[in-house]
Amino acid sequence: MKEDILLKLENVSVSFEGFLALNNLNLSLQKGELRAVIGPNGAGKTTFLDVITGKVKPSKGNVLFKGTSLVGKKEHKIARIGVGRKFQSPRVFENLTVNENLEISLSQFSSTIKLIASKPSKNKLVELEKLLKIVNLSEQSEVKAGSLSHGQKQWLEIAMLLGQKPSLMLIDEPVAGLTDEETELTADLLKSISGDNTVLVIDHDMEFIRRLESNVTVLNQGSVLCEGSMDEIQRDPNVIEVYLGKQEDL
Amino acid sequence: MKISKKHFYLLIWVIAFALFIAMPSLVSDSRLKILGKCLSLGIVALGIDLSWGYTGLLSLGQGIFFSLGGYAIAMFLQLNSLKEGIPEFFGLYGVRELPFFWEPFKSPIFTLISIWLIPGIVAGLIGFLVFRNRIKGVYFSILTQAALLVFFNFFNGQQKLINGTNGLPTPNTTLFGMMVGDPIMQKYFYYISGILVIVFYLFCKWLVSKRFGRILIGIRDDEPRVRFSGYNPVLFKTIIFVFAGCLAGISGALFTVQADLISPQYMRVPFSIEMVIWVAVGGRGTLIGAILGAFFIRLGESVVQGLIPGGWIFIQGGLFILVVTVLPEGIIGWINNGGPHNLLTRWGLIKRFIATYPSLEATKNKEV
Repeated sequence: MKEDILLKLENVSVSFEGFLALNNLNLSLQKGELRAVIGPNGAGKTTFLDVITGKVKPSKGNVLFKGTSLVGKKEHKIARIGVGRKFQSPRVFENLTVNENLEISLSQFSSTIKLIASKPSKNKLVELEKLLKIVNLSEQSEVKAGSLSHGQKQWLEIAMLLGQKPSLMLIDEPVAGLTDEETELTADLLKSISGDNTVLVIDHDMEFIRRLESNVTVLNQGSVLCEGSMDEIQRDPNVIEVYLGKQEDL
Repeated sequence: MKISKKHFYLLIWVIAFALFIAMPSLVSDSRLKILGKCLSLGIVALGIDLSWGYTGLLSLGQGIFFSLGGYAIAMFLQLNSLKEGIPEFFGLYGVRELPFFWEPFKSPIFTLISIWLIPGIVAGLIGFLVFRNRIKGVYFSILTQAALLVFFNFFNGQQKLINGTNGLPTPNTTLFGMMVGDPIMQKYFYYISGILVIVFYLFCKWLVSKRFGRILIGIRDDEPRVRFSGYNPVLFKTIIFVFAGCLAGISGALFTVQADLISPQYMRVPFSIEMVIWVAVGGRGTLIGAILGAFFIRLGESVVQGLIPGGWIFIQGGLFILVVTVLPEGIIGWINNGGPHNLLTRWGLIKRFIATYPSLEATKNKEV
């Protein structure tokens, strides 16, 4: 049982000058799972990712990844042992072409000397082509990432994440600002990559989450409110009160 | 018009190179000296372009590394031209024995290495500590400027160690049995400066064309993203800052032998800022722009200074304002981004072509 758990957060608290962004958060992820995390604004969703990726140190508690603690490790080290992250707004290198962006994500294990002296290996180029196909950017491979449309940037960042081959992918609001069609495609893409990969998605978009057909964790005020399938969640009176209820009011 | 762009650049290179070779027979010795100095400054500008233009590290303290290189060569030359005893200026301050750190500079090989290695080590120490603590942007710039002031005050105040504010003169020292200030010697320095500028330019160009160079741009544009991609930006930033320091040292050494003097004035704040202006005016992130900026601004300075004493500072200020307000990419950056073409279009001399996504795809394989 224990071997199947990829990520485990134990009683994690994060305080920003007295304000508790995360409060005794407990959560575990199985290998190969696709998990959605939702929660109202300020529930601590992004802080939760910051803690896992090393951007923020927990003031209490422990984060275990493959059985070893991530607390105190530097961001790039955590990325190297297999935690990949996609940011809320697309963060791609705008002055580099699509190809060059992907090259960076594919080369994380190359030594500095290799990065200076040699070109990417054939395997990497093949992989790069594959990634371009997956996210449908083959046509734009020589275009500067800055001139891509918003949706294309989101997809490029997802491709960069795939290129890092992380065992855990943390995806923050992948469909923010996408059209309905793009949202559907993204949901299908995420579904298809889970299974081999463990994927954790954070989003506001209920339709999108429903489409993922995954387990959902609801965060509220820095801790887990409840977990279950989308239908269970929507029936839960607590959730309705803090989250869905509020939305209906709007 | 289509093929000619490449040929046009090639032609410019050939003309520039021919001029470079022929220059000693075209101009007087004193003019050649000015050209040689301007060329040597191109090397420090290259380093600034790598660290600022590519990696986003705006150092206002390159004068430290520049002067360290200059002092290294000047100390060697001082010692090399002695028949016995210690350099004359020490007598003025009652110093009888050579300070210990002068000793290794008796060796030409040590000097040749220390010209770039000492600035490199200093840059490495400053850089590593600053980058490891994630000090960025304007704070980094202020820190480098503060470091510059520390070095300036130290060198300026230590008469007994390195002749303080008077600095170390070089023209009357000897190298290979010849006076350093001799026109023949100066001609060699001119050629060495020019060749090294070209060599380092090609090297930098090669460096940034690799994945390494793209990671540098990544660090400049979005450092956390690079970190979350599994790279350690501290390593890359330190490497590039050290390399920029080495280039500054080499540049300083070449400049010193042609400027006849190294003194703490090269560690003054305005000089280091001027270096940044060369790169800004020439074009950040273009490499060639840095060299041309350094060369022509310094050249312009010596020409104008001869005609209107004190007038250059106004022109330089004007250039900087021009770059900040209308040419943020610098002159070469503006040309590379189709600036002249856009200007002609605006004046109605060329027909406007508007690129849209569908038209881009439609005309992909045709001539535009």
